[in-house]
Amino acid sequence: MIEVTEKTNPYVACFEKSKDSLPGNELPWLASERQKAMDRFAHLGFPTTKHEDWRFTNIKPVASTSFTESQPQEGAFASDPTIGIPLIDTEHARVVLVNGFFRADLSKLENLPDGITVKSLKDALKEDANLLEAHLTKYARYADHAFVALNTALFQDGVFVHVKRGKVIETPLLIFNVTTESAGQIACHPRCLIIAEEASQATVMEAYTGSEGSVYLNNPVTEIYLAQNAVVDHYKLQQESEKAFHIATLQVHQERTSNFANQNIVYGGAIARNDISATLAGEGIVSTVNGLTVGGGTQILDNHTFIDHAMPHCNSYEVYKTVLDEKAKGVFNGRIMVAQDAQKTDAKQTNQNLLLSGEATINTKPQLEIFADDVRCTHGATIGQLDSEAIFYLRTRGINEDAAKSILTYAFAGYVLERIKIETLREHVESVLCDRLPMGDLVRGAL
Amino acid sequence: MAHRSTAFVKGKKVMLEIKNLHASADGSSILNGIDLNVKPGEVHAIMGPNGSGKSTLAQVIAGREDYEVTEGSVTYNGKDLLELSPEERACEGVFLAFQYPVEIPGVGNTYFLKAALNAGRKYRGEKELDAMEFLALVREKMKVLQIDEGLLKRPVNEGFSGGEKKRNEIFQMAVLNPKLAVLDETDSGLDIDALKAVSEGVNALRSQDRAIVLVTHYQRLLNYIVPDFVHVLSKGRIIRSGGKELALELEEKGYSWIQEAVSS
Repeated sequence: MIEVTEKTNPYVACFEKSKDSLPGNELPWLASERQKAMDRFAHLGFPTTKHEDWRFTNIKPVASTSFTESQPQEGAFASDPTIGIPLIDTEHARVVLVNGFFRADLSKLENLPDGITVKSLKDALKEDANLLEAHLTKYARYADHAFVALNTALFQDGVFVHVKRGKVIETPLLIFNVTTESAGQIACHPRCLIIAEEASQATVMEAYTGSEGSVYLNNPVTEIYLAQNAVVDHYKLQQESEKAFHIATLQVHQERTSNFANQNIVYGGAIARNDISATLAGEGIVSTVNGLTVGGGTQILDNHTFIDHAMPHCNSYEVYKTVLDEKAKGVFNGRIMVAQDAQKTDAKQTNQNLLLSGEATINTKPQLEIFADDVRCTHGATIGQLDSEAIFYLRTRGINEDAAKSILTYAFAGYVLERIKIETLREHVESVLCDRLPMGDLVRGAL
Repeated sequence: MAHRSTAFVKGKKVMLEIKNLHASADGSSILNGIDLNVKPGEVHAIMGPNGSGKSTLAQVIAGREDYEVTEGSVTYNGKDLLELSPEERACEGVFLAFQYPVEIPGVGNTYFLKAALNAGRKYRGEKELDAMEFLALVREKMKVLQIDEGLLKRPVNEGFSGGEKKRNEIFQMAVLNPKLAVLDETDSGLDIDALKAVSEGVNALRSQDRAIVLVTHYQRLLNYIVPDFVHVLSKGRIIRSGGKELALELEEKGYSWIQEAVSS
């Protein structure tokens, strides 16, 4: 306990020092929520591998590094602000956050269509306080999650997206979370809130990237609320620095007959953890959570998903694919809960893992908790190497071994790649994958 | 499809020369001294009961590493075939039509064929085909083999019926244009219509420059693809060779007849 206290102390101290200047401090509900979250964090401490949810992901390097809270940065970038993600030049609307702070000067929001509001969370807390009171911090639960608690207590800025009733926003919104080289090792806790009102539609991408080789903690929390009949396509691309820690939570709350889809691309980070949860709070909901994780080196890449079927007649679909090379470690924990009332639930979960080296490891755990009796829930997990029969088949057609392996690995990832509907994003995700394959050039653009 | 017998063209060099080939898998010997010479333009049928080593011979020619060659040699156009990797053999013009074509989810047939064709062209120092040239070639071959264009868009063999898989093998052969094609039980599991379609495809690909080795259990296939030579394999050795009439004799009397005849 003493050890835990030592590690949480700096954060508690930071909160005490800055709580009066945190955005929204004048709003009693938020001030009290932040205080509760910090108390909770102090109580929980950083999780250890003794916690069931963190058994295979040892975050000691995060807990024992003394990060300093990030500060707003001014001024132009010497190079491309979205390090390693060349999507900035597309015609799509974009938001750029640097070290967790909204940068209006780097964002491009002037051509946003009617019906969607995009602004910094800091501004939203001033201008849309009532709306935020109804949603912000209401979905991402911090009672059992130290990092969500930390984000809730300490977030300084972020993005607020509001899609108005009945509006269909066709052009995707790209949100870039960039962490730049700083004097010390910084911690960022960006917060994003997306509200899709009744029968509205939107496509949002969140990308995370950082300066090569820099050590930082990125601890983002995104809450997405879909009102009745809303449709949200959400993409997450995680391409942090190879030395960074990325501990992220995405909490989705869906009302009746809404449709949510997430494609979660995990490439970067030394330790990267995603908690992606959807609460299906009405009937007739469709929820899709897919993931592609590609790791190498000594990366630890952990995806925890949770689909909470609280109501009847909902469908959830989940396909998680992991490719690990060298000494990379992967974790997949796919929890699906079907409440007693959630009759006629149809839940499908597939987790497929490809280990390209003898030293890569994956821990996969489907976790189904079914309390209703008239449901259809299927799940399957596979762990394997590339199919040697398929490699031989390709070789007998003249394709060499490295090329055959590249083709088969690419094909393995294809399911998720094909589902990325933002073309520039798909091309980029494909391109990064090809860069990691022994003969990636051969498969580039094969889809 | 008219059968043009090219068996006795004089002056042609041997393309494939197998000498005293012994091979084993997991320590048990399967091939026990195969001798076989194949010239361009010839069609050889390798027949034999289950377990006689027919498929092993086909796999060893294609380069499967699960088999260990313990004795003997395989020479192909003057080169030591056994020294070459499977992909080098393919690029040199050796093609194996699989008994069980492998399903490759996520890899489109068109992409796969183009990658294979261009790998071979690059190896041989020929110009790689661009998308337009490739498509033109593929369309031409599809026409010859009467293959539906829908097949191109599907992932390699995934969800194909048995007949579709075998036709896809022959289609690949047409596109890759090998010098030596080994067809491993291409007739197995096919109904009569599919068998005819596949046979017509193979016959369309017979030429003066190409040798074909048919591995088959049944004589039925040889009604449609008439071979120049028939070899009977038993316990890893060729126990009898003859013309196409040998196949008919086998059909009538069964393999036991010949096995008994040889042992006595």
